[in-house]
Amino acid sequence: MKRIINQTPNRPTGLALGLLPFVLVLLVYMVASAARLAENPNDPLLPSLSAMAESFQRLATEPSRRTGDLVLWVDTAASLTRLGLGVLISMAMGLMVGILTGLIPYVRRAFSPFVAVLSMIPPLAMLPILFIAFGVGELAKVMLIIFGIAPFIMRDVQQRVEELPTEQLVKAQTLGASTWQIMLRVVLPQVFPRLLDATRLALGSAWLFLIASEAIAATEGLGYRIFLVRRYLDMETILPYVAWITLLAFTADILLRLITRYCFPWYGGGRSR
Amino acid sequence: MSAVTARNLWKEYDSDVVLENIDLHVPAGEFVTIVGASGCGKSTFLRMLLGEESPTRGELLLDDAPMPAEPGPDRGVVFQKYSVFPHLTALKNVMVADELAGARLTGRLFGSARRQARERAMDMLQAVGLDHAADKYPSELSGGMQQRLAIAQALMKDPKVLLLDEPFGALDPGIRKDMHALILDLWQRRGLTVFLVTHDLQEGFTLGSRLLVFDKVRHDPQAPGAYGANITYDIPLQRQNPALYDEVRERVAAAEQETLKESTR
Ligand SMILES: Nc1ncnc2c1ncn2[C@@H]1O[C@H](COP(=O)(O)OP(=O)(O)O)[C@@H](O)[C@H]1O
Ligand SMILES: [Mg+2]
Repeated sequence: MKRIINQTPNRPTGLALGLLPFVLVLLVYMVASAARLAENPNDPLLPSLSAMAESFQRLATEPSRRTGDLVLWVDTAASLTRLGLGVLISMAMGLMVGILTGLIPYVRRAFSPFVAVLSMIPPLAMLPILFIAFGVGELAKVMLIIFGIAPFIMRDVQQRVEELPTEQLVKAQTLGASTWQIMLRVVLPQVFPRLLDATRLALGSAWLFLIASEAIAATEGLGYRIFLVRRYLDMETILPYVAWITLLAFTADILLRLITRYCFPWYGGGRSR
Repeated sequence: MSAVTARNLWKEYDSDVVLENIDLHVPAGEFVTIVGASGCGKSTFLRMLLGEESPTRGELLLDDAPMPAEPGPDRGVVFQKYSVFPHLTALKNVMVADELAGARLTGRLFGSARRQARERAMDMLQAVGLDHAADKYPSELSGGMQQRLAIAQALMKDPKVLLLDEPFGALDPGIRKDMHALILDLWQRRGLTVFLVTHDLQEGFTLGSRLLVFDKVRHDPQAPGAYGANITYDIPLQRQNPALYDEVRERVAAAEQETLKESTR
């Protein structure tokens, strides 16, 4: 018998093992839900899968009686717009600041400590300030995401730039490259896949900040909806929404991985994360 | 082709003396190999020639003018590793020199200028025997091929001086022989001035036209950093001398022992 560290499952077994926890959770839920509903058919806490599917379908396809909107899609569009804006702006800022602080000693000395302190501020503590400063509209929500993840991305990119072997920078100079050209042709392309990695890691926090700000002040959005219907213990809406958010987050993660794989075939790092 | 001169050259890091009082004149077109115990300052000397480090004292001249204080296209370089850009294919690694020169703002060429750069790069790849691997990324190349690529890339700017820091140190002996043939051929055809640091004494003795041995002449057992290395042998290699080879080998081995003792103390 080989040691267990030397035993690897074959493909089908591996797949089955990966599915196992999902199936288990689902089973446990179904059993618990059935037990509760058997006692009280109106129990709101653990709705049956079919009830949730119905509710989800209603939210996705039937116009709301109050506003005439397709609630799920309005919420999804609003949330994804905020998230996308916040994440894209954070990426742009992270790339710019990270490359400059990583590559140019004067800029590093000037801004690196500042960014380090900035990243220590708990973003949620900033939320009231952001609402006061930017109003309760879209801007404050996008700003919270930026506050939450841009410093992390900046620092990560800076670190990646500093990790580039000096040999490469010297080599570029012996090929006649200016500082600008080194940024453009040596640093930027090598740091870009790492930016995507950092973004992937930051995406979880970005969702957190999005939902937090939507919970507090919004008129639509995935986070807003969950916290709205919480008052009525409307688990039939909440649980499918949570699953939907998870699916969106998962898709974003996969998309970023695919972009990295296809746009940067030379890049091997970060694949296992 | 350029001459290199050092006069009373010192390099210190804080209180550690790495090189002390180096005097050297290397006429244009010479192929200098440098050997010495590890940590004795060979790479430091090369970094000064590159302009990556500046002398603490003394003069370092390139064709009678002070060595520029930063790396530039007149001095090409090949390191033991990380010499090529991992995000560019072999062809683009070689093309990049012309692209940088031709497009100051974007660093990229288009149209006929690009075709021209491509052709020149292909010729260079052919010269180092890599034309069949033009579209491969460095990670897909063997160690020897990567170093060929690094040499091709370094030669695109027609540097006057080519600096190589243990370029073949990680290669198998058979491949090393091929690389020796390549570098000698390029040296003779292009009239380069070459400085090559090596760990392999055999390589140092057979490859170039002149061998320099870096070693500490004085030791202070209480303070290993008190004295730096100097050039203890400066051997023209046209007249090869087996007795001298043995002597140098013993000295270098002894110096390695000394370094080992110092670092374990
Ligand atoms: N940037 C630096 N700061 C301080 N000490 C250094 C630095 N670079 C090299 N040294 C020291 O200088 C000595 C020579 O290093 P190096 O030139 O790399 O040796 P070699 O290439 O001959 O093995 C070593 O003792 C090393 O620790
Ligand atoms: Mg060295």
